[in-house]
Amino acid sequence: METILSIHQLTKFYGKNKAVDQVSFKIEKGHVYGILGPNGSGKSTTLGMILNVVNPSSGSFSWFNGNLNTHDALKKIGAIIEHPNFYPNMSAIENLELVTKIKCLTHPNYQEKLELVGLWDRKNDAFKTYSLGMKQRLAIASALLNNPEILILDEPTNGLDPQGIHQIRAIIQKIAAQGTTILLASHLLDEVEKICSHVIILRNGKMIYDGSVDAMNASHGYFEVAAENSEKLEAFANQNEAFETVIKLPNNLYKLILNKPMEADTLNEMAFKNDLVLSHLVKRKESLEESFLNLTKNEAQHA
Amino acid sequence: MRRLLSIELFKLKQSRSAKILSIIYFVLFTFTALFATINFDFGSINFRIADQGIFNFPYIWHFNTYIISIIKILLAIVMISMITNEYSNRTLKQNLIDGLSKKEFILSKFYAIVLFSLASTLLVFVVSLVLGLIFSDYTEIGIIFSELEYILAYFVKLVSFFSLCMFLAILVRKSAFTLGFVFLIYLGESILGGILRFQAEDFLFIADYFPLNSMSNLIVEPFTRLGIVKSATAQINPDFVKDYTISLFKLIIPVIWTFIFVWGSLNLLKKRDL
Repeated sequence: METILSIHQLTKFYGKNKAVDQVSFKIEKGHVYGILGPNGSGKSTTLGMILNVVNPSSGSFSWFNGNLNTHDALKKIGAIIEHPNFYPNMSAIENLELVTKIKCLTHPNYQEKLELVGLWDRKNDAFKTYSLGMKQRLAIASALLNNPEILILDEPTNGLDPQGIHQIRAIIQKIAAQGTTILLASHLLDEVEKICSHVIILRNGKMIYDGSVDAMNASHGYFEVAAENSEKLEAFANQNEAFETVIKLPNNLYKLILNKPMEADTLNEMAFKNDLVLSHLVKRKESLEESFLNLTKNEAQHA
Repeated sequence: MRRLLSIELFKLKQSRSAKILSIIYFVLFTFTALFATINFDFGSINFRIADQGIFNFPYIWHFNTYIISIIKILLAIVMISMITNEYSNRTLKQNLIDGLSKKEFILSKFYAIVLFSLASTLLVFVVSLVLGLIFSDYTEIGIIFSELEYILAYFVKLVSFFSLCMFLAILVRKSAFTLGFVFLIYLGESILGGILRFQAEDFLFIADYFPLNSMSNLIVEPFTRLGIVKSATAQINPDFVKDYTISLFKLIIPVIWTFIFVWGSLNLLKKRDL
């Protein structure tokens, strides 16, 4: 498989503060990657380093197997960071023309890109007259101008209203569907869960997970149950080895975490055989959010 | 190089303040020249600056380059804002992400500086030539094209001054502070020069190496020279002559400063996180 980016032990200090601490990962062609982490976990700094705007304190990275130096490699990628930066007096088209000059492109398709993000009607208006959502969409159009090998997005929905968030996500999903490699940094878990196949989790600058989204919440899920006779239910659950842990929730609800696959009807049948009538039975899978919180919690205990 | 220049000119073309200031500069430029041709008519006194001999070749090269270089501050504002705007709009960051290297960024700015200086130099040459042809008492080819080193000195003066502005703009990142900084350096050089003059005259030569001093030393004020030219016919006294010539040495100091400023700008930019 073709490696687009490999990062090796990348570290950044801001004074004494370690913003990014020995992060290493690889980006392969054709996948959609998410960098997940709370605010201040080092996502933007990591992206800043690979995009040539932040100098690494130590460690290294290489684009396209090191065949190109960084600024030439950047001509083949598309990236938007935090918030869109363009020349305020220039129109959308003029800003794109400038990007064309910088990236040394020949005959880019302005219309196709601007139509994709829904800005073709406003193409001649000055950038400063745009709303934040429109600015962000222009940034995406600009990043796509060179049909990039990889699209890097840093918090693309930050500060947008729900409609704007929806538009941006729809655009990203459309791009991902075309097979473009994407690296998306976000603190919004559902965003990453919806779009990404792989996820890298950062916390306090350290990488605490690198793998597929599916593998991350590989647990078998859990049941939420209730019965008239709570004590009998608790005893039954504790006896059954299919349940890793039994947690008592408010309102006499029990959370039974599975350590092997089991369907809801199997549990219901087993309970019935034990003279137990369940008044409430739901099977749930842990969301990425819970997995994420679990991971960061574990990491905190280790530290 | 053509790519970098076209990037920079494209940016300047779209910037309204740069356009307006450049236009003001070149209009003021022409006016400064035309002012001298006005015929002041105060009743019995009919006075015209142009007739006082300032437009005689080759003196005109000296006079015009000196006077016109005063308004270079207007172009300096264009140069400063074209850099500080990249910081305030954060477009510098975007340029780098789009694949411009830091070296290319500095070079594109420097090329713009050279281009503007070249345009201004060309204009000062053409305007002086025309004014001279109209008003000069001497129009022999040999005299017209003598002392053209003032034109070269003018070009070096502009490039080195704008390079200083570029360096300071990258250093402080705010246009108003940058202009203040230029003024501060001017003050600092004056004070240091004054101290040297009165306290340690043996070291006064050091003042010639200060950046702004070395630039202003390139073209010495032409007014006393005009007086000398006038009185030269009456009395020949060569002992009391100020050195108005431009030596190679005088030219080299600002050129070295230009290199230092460009190199310094690049290193500042390389070291910084954006």
